[in-house]
Amino acid sequence: MIEAVVSLRLALVGNPNCGKTALFNQLTGGRQKVANYAGVTVERKEGRFSGPSGRTFQLIDLPGAYSLEAASPDEVITRDVCLGHFPGETAPDAIVCVADATNLRLHLRFVLEVRRLGRPMVLALNMMDAARKRGIEIDVAKLEEALGIPVVETVAVRRGGAAALAARLDGELPPAVVVDANSDLHAEVRALLADAVSMPRRTAEIDDALDRFFLHPVLGLGVLAVIMFLIFQAVFSWAEPLMEGIEAGVGLVGAWVGSGLASMPMLQSLVVDGIFAGVGGVLVFLPQILILFLFILALEESGYLPRAAFLLDRLMLKAGLTGRSFIPLLSSFACAIPGIMATRSIQDPRDRLTTILIAPLMTCSARLPVYALLIAAFIPDQTVAGIFNLQGIVLFSLYVAGIVSALAVAWVIKLIRRDKSEHALLMELPSYRIPHPRDIAIGLWERANIFLKRVGGIILSLTIILWFLSTFPGAPEAATEPAINYSFAGMLGRWLHVLFEPIGFNWQISIALVPGLAAREVAVSSLATVYALSGHEEGLQAIVAAQWSMATAFSLLAWYVFAPMCLSTLATVRRETNSWRQVWIMAGYLFALAYLASFLTYQITRAFGA
Amino acid sequence: MRLSELSQGADAVVREVENVVDGDPIARRLRDYGFVRGEPVRLVGRGPIGADPLLVQIGFTRFALRRAEAARVIVESVP
Ligand SMILES: Nc1nc2c(ncn2[C@@H]2O[C@H](COP(=O)(O)OP(=O)(O)OP(=O)(O)O)[C@@H](O)[C@H]2O)c(=O)[nH]1
Ligand SMILES: [Mg+2]
Repeated sequence: MIEAVVSLRLALVGNPNCGKTALFNQLTGGRQKVANYAGVTVERKEGRFSGPSGRTFQLIDLPGAYSLEAASPDEVITRDVCLGHFPGETAPDAIVCVADATNLRLHLRFVLEVRRLGRPMVLALNMMDAARKRGIEIDVAKLEEALGIPVVETVAVRRGGAAALAARLDGELPPAVVVDANSDLHAEVRALLADAVSMPRRTAEIDDALDRFFLHPVLGLGVLAVIMFLIFQAVFSWAEPLMEGIEAGVGLVGAWVGSGLASMPMLQSLVVDGIFAGVGGVLVFLPQILILFLFILALEESGYLPRAAFLLDRLMLKAGLTGRSFIPLLSSFACAIPGIMATRSIQDPRDRLTTILIAPLMTCSARLPVYALLIAAFIPDQTVAGIFNLQGIVLFSLYVAGIVSALAVAWVIKLIRRDKSEHALLMELPSYRIPHPRDIAIGLWERANIFLKRVGGIILSLTIILWFLSTFPGAPEAATEPAINYSFAGMLGRWLHVLFEPIGFNWQISIALVPGLAAREVAVSSLATVYALSGHEEGLQAIVAAQWSMATAFSLLAWYVFAPMCLSTLATVRRETNSWRQVWIMAGYLFALAYLASFLTYQITRAFGA
Repeated sequence: MRLSELSQGADAVVREVENVVDGDPIARRLRDYGFVRGEPVRLVGRGPIGADPLLVQIGFTRFALRRAEAARVIVESVP
């Protein structure tokens, strides 16, 4: 394909949460993350679109900023791009400044600050739908005249809602206005508002009412607890039928393919014991992961997350964190990597580092398969107190264990630092929004894609490698044990077993931990492969239930609460902190905690005779 | 009077934001948010633990401010 020549490079700039990324997606057809809180975008992203005349534009999406005097790492990126200081890049040809039409007192100040840069500029008045609904009237012609730049109304979340903007950008842009660099921006904003905007009410009535409820000192905390608890109940009870369906399907196809390969036993073993047992073992967890994301996506769009941060700030402060850590930590339940990236919106570098260090203690979705497998095998599926599912309660407790340890670790870091200085919160609470079913569906579809790509990529490859290591070299002539015991993996497993015996892991688990370094789910597929090769025919859950002691299972659960084994997380920490030292500290403390927790769990459970 | 001393639901007008240290970055951010002379503010709510942080309405926006942050804002109450 011939790349069209870019006629103009445009940058989207504006306050956090004004809809820059939604506009970016609308114009370029991109799929960048949009959510209802400040600090969603933390990187520079680019895309292209063509105007009605066919000219091609390059569009750069940037993190939101309250001011060009940057206060956090994400704002530094925005400032540098605007000023042309970003490595390897000149300043954009024109700036598309985005402002939330319902929030002009704040956003116009930044528009005026950006205007001082003296670059060609267009103002997109976004969220016009919400503004109209609230009876806000904006005299665009007056605003345009007063500002000296083109002003275009947009609705970034509606199809075609950015067409007028694309058309305006495609036309001739007026030259930059020269303004006094020392004027009082706040006074100018007040004058603009008085002149061009009429506002029946300063806030949306519905937001006031919802905040009275969700931020109520007693009710608010109760609601937060109920929401969190519901999520874990749902992950277990809704997913059940779907998982059974997938399991049965994989089993049927595997048996069918296996019988077709009966003449080639080696290949049959690779396909049935390696691929179908291993990969199928991970695939069944797709429904649970999607249900978890259904809740996360809905919460992100609702605007509730910063409220939860508000409720928990004091608690987190005691532990040496900040309410701002809440959203990065919540994202870490999906995966620690986006969680660690999200810490860029934390202003205080110490708070940011602490949040990064404890992010892996939030149970990421890749650990869900391990938990789910062991819980289903060892915890009876029964109802407690009439409404709660016992398995859901255990899962919830494991997540809580992760959270409590994270708070404890943060607290220890605070003690070590002996830091008494002030850390900032200063957090904006956005308007509530009803999540769009279509957006959530797209989000889920993307998560499913990511998961399936992982299954088909790294998980499949590792499973095949493990199959080879577990099959060769073959057993000697007079072998009395299953062939796997003589293989490379068998040897390695026995060798690692020395290290892991005190915490109750058998050699099969010890092997499975190794490929689990690259992707945690692989621990499950590896167990499935290893057991299939040891001549077990049943499903993994049945094998585990029959072969492991309860002490071993609990010990492995405890291990995975800390699970220091994720290479991509460590690589992200290296990139975000620019320091190997932090990587070693993190890997070291996680390993130590995991070993200690498993050791205690194993020994105590055994002492109780399980 | 300081913003942190307002009672819940009370309206006031900002007089100024004090620097606690030289070039106080928190104070500067507060001014960027719109805490400048003559701006009406309201203390909308308080956090559940130790009545911290505070939920403050300035302009058309709501911010969560810790007590120490809100204490930088000197206000005059309006009846
Ligand atoms: N009603 C309405 N909602 C919008 C509109 N544009 C964006 N939103 C919503 O506003 C929220 C923020 O949108 P984003 O595109 O993530 O905002 P952003 O400016 O990129 O935010 P940061 O990356 O955090 O700076 C999301 O909940 C969007 O669904 C709009 O035109 N109308
Ligand atoms: Mg964004």
